Amino acid sequence: MSFRIPKQSGEWLDRSKKINFSFEGEQFSAFEGDTISSALWAAEQKVLGRSFKYHRPRGVLSLANHDVNILMTDGVDTNMRADVLEVKEGMSLTAVNTVGGVKKDKNSYIDSISPLLPVGFYYKAFHTPRRLFPFWENMIRKAAGLGITNFNYPRILKRKVHTHCDLLVIGAGPTGLTAAYEAAKAGLEVTIIDENRHAGGSLGYNRAGDKTSANYLEDLLNKVTREPNITLRTGAYAAGYYPDHLIPVVEASGISKIRAKAVIVASGAFEQPPVFRYNDLPGVMLGSAAQRLIYRYSVKPFSNGIVVTANDYGYRVAIDLLEAGTQVLALVDLRSGAKGGLHAVALHQRGVKIYPGHCVYEALATSDKSRVKGAVICAYDDKQNIALTSNKFTLECDGIAMSAGWAPAAALLYQAGTGMQFDYTVQQFVPSRLPEGVFAAGKVNGIFNLEQRMLDGARATNDVLRYLGHLLTPLAIEKHVGLSPSHSYPMVPHPKGKNFVDFDEDIQIKDFENAAKEGFDNIELMKRFTTVGMGPSQGKHSNMNAIRILAKIRGLPVEKIGTTTSRPFFHPTPIGHLGGRGFHPHRLTALHDWHAAHGAVFTDIGAWKRAAYYPSSGQSKEDAIQAEALAVRKAAGIIDGSSFGKIEVYGSDAAEFLERFFTGSYISQKVGTCRYVMLLDESGVVIDDGIASRLATDLFYLSIGTSNAAAVYREMQRSQQEWQLNIGLVNATGAYGAMNIAGPSAREILSTLTDIDLSYASFPNSRIQEAFVAGVQARIIRVSFVSDMAYELHVPMAQSRHVWDALIEAGKKHGLRPFGSDTQRLLRLEMGHYMPGIDTDGLTNPFEIGADWAITMEKPYFIGQRSLSILAKRPIRKQLVPFVLATNFNAEMPMECNLVIDGNEIAGRVTSINYSKFIDRCIGFAYVTPAKKAVGSEFQIRTDSGALVTATVVEKPFLKNQIKSHHISEKSALDVQASTSNLNTHSDTSKHSHTVLKVTPVDHAESKATAKWAVVNDMEIVVECASAEIDQARKKILGITDVSCLTRYGVKGPQATKWLIDHQVAIPTNANTWTVNTENSREQKSLVLRLGSSEFLIEDQWDGLVSKKLLADSHRIASTYPVARADAAFILSGSEVLNLFSELCSIDLRDGALLASDVVMTQVAGISALVMRQTLNGEQIYRLWCDGTYGSYMWEMLLEIAVELGGGAVGLSSYQH
Amino acid sequence: MKLLTCPVNGTRPLSEFIFGGEYREAPNQNTCTDAEWAAYVHNRHGAPGDKKEWWYHSPSGTWFIAERNTLTDKVSRTYLVSPKSVVSDNTEKEAAVKGEGQ
Repeated sequence: MSFRIPKQSGEWLDRSKKINFSFEGEQFSAFEGDTISSALWAAEQKVLGRSFKYHRPRGVLSLANHDVNILMTDGVDTNMRADVLEVKEGMSLTAVNTVGGVKKDKNSYIDSISPLLPVGFYYKAFHTPRRLFPFWENMIRKAAGLGITNFNYPRILKRKVHTHCDLLVIGAGPTGLTAAYEAAKAGLEVTIIDENRHAGGSLGYNRAGDKTSANYLEDLLNKVTREPNITLRTGAYAAGYYPDHLIPVVEASGISKIRAKAVIVASGAFEQPPVFRYNDLPGVMLGSAAQRLIYRYSVKPFSNGIVVTANDYGYRVAIDLLEAGTQVLALVDLRSGAKGGLHAVALHQRGVKIYPGHCVYEALATSDKSRVKGAVICAYDDKQNIALTSNKFTLECDGIAMSAGWAPAAALLYQAGTGMQFDYTVQQFVPSRLPEGVFAAGKVNGIFNLEQRMLDGARATNDVLRYLGHLLTPLAIEKHVGLSPSHSYPMVPHPKGKNFVDFDEDIQIKDFENAAKEGFDNIELMKRFTTVGMGPSQGKHSNMNAIRILAKIRGLPVEKIGTTTSRPFFHPTPIGHLGGRGFHPHRLTALHDWHAAHGAVFTDIGAWKRAAYYPSSGQSKEDAIQAEALAVRKAAGIIDGSSFGKIEVYGSDAAEFLERFFTGSYISQKVGTCRYVMLLDESGVVIDDGIASRLATDLFYLSIGTSNAAAVYREMQRSQQEWQLNIGLVNATGAYGAMNIAGPSAREILSTLTDIDLSYASFPNSRIQEAFVAGVQARIIRVSFVSDMAYELHVPMAQSRHVWDALIEAGKKHGLRPFGSDTQRLLRLEMGHYMPGIDTDGLTNPFEIGADWAITMEKPYFIGQRSLSILAKRPIRKQLVPFVLATNFNAEMPMECNLVIDGNEIAGRVTSINYSKFIDRCIGFAYVTPAKKAVGSEFQIRTDSGALVTATVVEKPFLKNQIKSHHISEKSALDVQASTSNLNTHSDTSKHSHTVLKVTPVDHAESKATAKWAVVNDMEIVVECASAEIDQARKKILGITDVSCLTRYGVKGPQATKWLIDHQVAIPTNANTWTVNTENSREQKSLVLRLGSSEFLIEDQWDGLVSKKLLADSHRIASTYPVARADAAFILSGSEVLNLFSELCSIDLRDGALLASDVVMTQVAGISALVMRQTLNGEQIYRLWCDGTYGSYMWEMLLEIAVELGGGAVGLSSYQH
Repeated sequence: MKLLTCPVNGTRPLSEFIFGGEYREAPNQNTCTDAEWAAYVHNRHGAPGDKKEWWYHSPSGTWFIAERNTLTDKVSRTYLVSPKSVVSDNTEKEAAVKGEGQ
């Protein structure tokens, strides 16, 4: 450790902890706190990596996270940045971009053939001869990129959390720390972040030998850390700026998405290298890098060095080098009239020779090119940019520190939309027009003097406070005083080149000249052609010099060149961080477990998981579907339709609403009947269809297809906003389970479970009845979607499993089998029903699908009416027709979307096609030209392979001719019914209303082994998850409890308030607040949540009676509409609960942001939910509700995070008193 | 992520909202020409500037109007759509139809 120097005040090392690690097979030791680079440099390792293109040896350049030639791998991670990454015990490191090791990289020959590889050569070189391209491609792919991807990388979950603050300060240097302190004093909640491991910024290392610097920083840090309103996070970088002040802050542990009311960017500036021949040799480093080595890591940068500078900063560096024990042989200053101020005097006194108006013409390399061994110095005319080599001389040295200027770390400012202007007094782009709520201070604002920077920090805070509405007098804006800290053109020409501008990509001055000659003389084009700024450091040390070079080439001022676009991320961010925990919300019906247990193959339809078909073992998909379809045709089948959209339209204007919204006629619809509904958009295109069942004069029950239901409901809400009719809309999709039992035996099976007369005569198709089925209140609809002999049952979701089980049991001897959504598609095709979205597209009007019958044009208005009146006048261009293929068709099966071909013309396309085993034909729908629409017409379908298949237009339904068996089966079914009437009476007890236990929507599989269950409010619920002790312990840290069993009542409408007051329910005064009905009586104790202004959710606590009474009272007053609810409900408790919410919810739910009486309707884990805070038995807890069909998903997410944070599932008894 | 203010539920990230297209007044469908109707249905003004837009706050089911400058992406105000602002020309006929229904 020969370069290690005695302890420096403020050093980042813990000298009591020694660390051993290896680099390229050699053993090294370090102190805890060393970076990989500092540890190796202390051990006099100079070649730490190889450059990307020429494989030149490289050492320390910046030590500021842009030494991207020094990338390491430890075999697990790759491209680890050695200049900033802390070295750890036992690390085994190698450099990434070498062949055969960093010392003897076999690819270093490329450097010697570099004249053959000018910039842009690969754009031109490999086109011809074409046959050689695979060879070149192989070579190029090997050479391109850095590091080798580790495909065995362990999955380490990185948390993504939402956090909130008043002010986010980016950069914890003297400017940022001052700004944060001032803001906290004024009462703001401040978060200040810094990408370095320790705060302080340049105050930590830019000392110019001043020993009080460290104390000064310590005082400032003490002040800041003592402020309770300040959160200081180090090792955290702001990765980008997103609208309305959302800043993702990346730390080793994950990403915090910080939402701030205002942002101060005090990110400082990057030191820029002067450009001279061999400025990349190991040992040549930025002045600030030398200072970082000395004061952060107590490492002497070199023994005998020189300083080359083009500003006064280099003089400070020279003093720091002397303090560290380095001999400074010369200070070479590019400026001809340089004085160097007080520091020049000090240097002179300490024997350092100063050469103003001189330059380092070139650095000299040792014979193996592994390090600098000297520097050629000559006079320099910095106005003309000419090196006057006649009097050049050589100094032997082992290091060169270089300082030429700064570029603002303005990436976030650019991303926020800041206008930047070139300020000649500081030779730097500075903000001229800042977006609202974004402020800049310190070096990034063009202010360099320490005292002034701190004043500028205070000034920025003053700006923030005034922006946030504080009444303050503005502080004067500080401007940079003194000499420019940046040189306008610190680039020394050399006929032999190798004067590097961009160290990432090995780009030299001549490369820019060549690019300009090729015509790429715009900064964006030049960037692409030369690849300047496109390496891993993204131009942090090269873009400014590139702009200066292009300005000189084009003879333009710098501000006319402009800058390239800055994009996230500020530093490379691991994919693992971005991946993190994802939300994939899915809805499950209450029958999901049954489907899974019976071998269902699931399919995603919207958010739903639907059973598609149920193959028996070894059965193919096609066979399973045909078998299920045959069961429906010959015996009976049952499908879980719980995912169908179910919408209730209440109110005196309900029929009027339907008349306007759908194409048909509903005012005349009789109670107890069902009618087809079709929704168009304003242009007359078919959007969706469904069934409207009239349950009362003021109540329609709509069922809509699964995939479009949410969108249709949304459009209904929008129309109601515009029309303001006297109606109430209730989306009951998740509240009701639905199942369709279909087939010749369906009636008989159902009749064993209900008392009503199910005969086709008294309960014909398109009728609805309400009745008990297996003891559960059900709506029974006769729909003929999959069969003429079908009953659709809608029952409360929590009791649907009971009804389903009863039907399955009752159907056993009738050959009842479940069928899935894929089978349903075949069945409806056999029935000749088109499906919007499958048989229609975004241009299809109702005339084209033969739906004229569904349109009542005489109505005053419906959506799409006016467009249909225009379309009706025009000839139809395409027509949807049912077709069959030849009997025993055995050739290549046409597929959906295959084209209908007429001669050389496209005449249409197939929209649905399937083989029906029952009909024993291939049947389908296709669009054809009107000339081909007549029954009996033949048309040609072109299959994928190009073969033409003849199809014949037939009449709907396909079943018609084969369905004679209907009557037979109906008859036989009646016979069976008669003969089994004994059985009916046997099962009579199950028909009537009796207590049917409900099932919680939450899957408690995880506590299966230990859970204790009990029945609360007729629902089976977990009262103890692990044990009383464990539950209590979890509850203190992070407990999640399923309280779905609590009885709930929902009501909405303009008169809902009155209805509740009439029932002695306490009403929360404001929208989105809650209250307790009463604390005094256990029976009357209910939560009353006001959702928006006119909807209420009442939840009885434990065994209360308020909701039960309301549910039982069927007498409603006008403009009061019950809201069917089947929520999954949770209690969350414990010290970590806000941590959990920070991952699942972007809203600030902390005390203060979320008032005690607030109810928040927001998204949790990507789904709609209600959240409120409550004091329960003296504890702060959170309540959470979501649609029950999302209950299992929500529980999964809550549980996963709860377990990670040390908590877990807690049984209900923890809260029962 | 951008923030948007629901007039009922307050300021929320954009992910809680669904865009509902530009808010436009339909011409009177009983008196307008086919061409005027077709223009209303099919033509949109793409030029950036101040637009009234439909937005839907998904967790609460609230439709509202946002006035947004599509050039600067600044939302100047949000509010619930005023009652009876649309479909006002058919009031008489509708009343008649309602009467029939009841």
